[in-house]
Amino acid sequence: MTKQNLIHYIYGIADNALILGQRLSELCGHGPTLETDIALTNIALDLLGQTRSYYQYISNLTTDGSTEDDVAFLRKERQYRNVLLVEQPNTDFAYIIVRQYFYDVFHYMLLQELQLSKDVNLTAIADKSIKEVGYHQQFSGDWVKRLGDGTSESHDKTQQAVNDLWVFTEELFHLSNEDKIVVDSGHGINPKSFKDQYFNKISTLLEDATIKVPESKYFQKGGKDGIHSEHMGYILAEMQYMQRTYPDMKW
Amino acid sequence: MPNIPQIHPDLFPILKSIPDPEIPVLSVIDLGVVRHAELDGSKAIVNITPTYSGCPAMDVIGDDIKKALSEKGYNPKVNLVLAPAWTTDWMTVEGKQALKKYGIAPPMDATSDKKALLGEEQVVPCPKCESTHTKLVSQFASTACKAMFKCEDCEETFDYFKCLI
Repeated sequence: MTKQNLIHYIYGIADNALILGQRLSELCGHGPTLETDIALTNIALDLLGQTRSYYQYISNLTTDGSTEDDVAFLRKERQYRNVLLVEQPNTDFAYIIVRQYFYDVFHYMLLQELQLSKDVNLTAIADKSIKEVGYHQQFSGDWVKRLGDGTSESHDKTQQAVNDLWVFTEELFHLSNEDKIVVDSGHGINPKSFKDQYFNKISTLLEDATIKVPESKYFQKGGKDGIHSEHMGYILAEMQYMQRTYPDMKW
Repeated sequence: MPNIPQIHPDLFPILKSIPDPEIPVLSVIDLGVVRHAELDGSKAIVNITPTYSGCPAMDVIGDDIKKALSEKGYNPKVNLVLAPAWTTDWMTVEGKQALKKYGIAPPMDATSDKKALLGEEQVVPCPKCESTHTKLVSQFASTACKAMFKCEDCEETFDYFKCLI
């Protein structure tokens, strides 16, 4: 395994937290109620904090002098490795919650495995982050139940969100060839090891929430290989604006 | 807790006098974020660990520590360490009492915390009137480390410092 392989692998984890954190921070001041607004921006803050730890580690691994700000804000769209799920827009509250729940359950299981990595920097970040993600998962899971089993309107919107976002779930378990090298070396982890567990868990909760689990076997992927949806350019335009306009700003 | 911070006795009183920027009744020692402090001649090396990954107070805490140590004639160096991860168990008893007095319910043990945040049991007592007739409003409050509760007796809302174990 080369350093470059490891950096590529870490981007595959860190960029999800960055882009989802950015999406959630768009809601600051726009949440449906004060409590959910505060909760979602709190989650955004946790995710950005975690991203920062990963990027600081990447910055230490690189030899070209890139800082954490450079890797966060100055890469091009094709260089971001986040999954398509996290870049989907904040259509409505049901959509935001389902997107969050699909990601949180995966994130928690990923960190559980990452705690066993051979890489002490990654285990330290995983040990730290998992405590926070436990609360995220509880929050989004509670809301999926409340909305699904709520009014007919909240039920229908939640069902629609599940149907729309289902297509992005499989990609969470995708590994690139470079990722596989890192997994084989024991530094990375193979998400396929908990794939069944993931789908069992979300299916059980959806059924509890009186939401039908989609049967479609058609899934989208591309984000982890840098091929993003049409939404990604807009996210980057807004997120990178400050750093590109005022170079060398620090976050 | 087994992880007891090693703090040089000369540095302890200085660090003990530095308040947390968001909850000023707690010193950085009471909060448990100072994990190590040693002296090498006039050089003071202090390791701190974040409460939450995105805690915006960490930069301020680092700067405050540097400032306080410089004023006492030391040459400070502050390192941010992630492992082992901070837990609410590292908060001192004194710190927990100060929190309560300040109006924030201090963290409980993990089992009670989980029950409280899942709404299974009303176990977080109101820091103002001691009533246990309280209800969870939101798992997230003014900062990432707190949840919001409401006391149904005195009708005040209050913050609860969430457990991280």
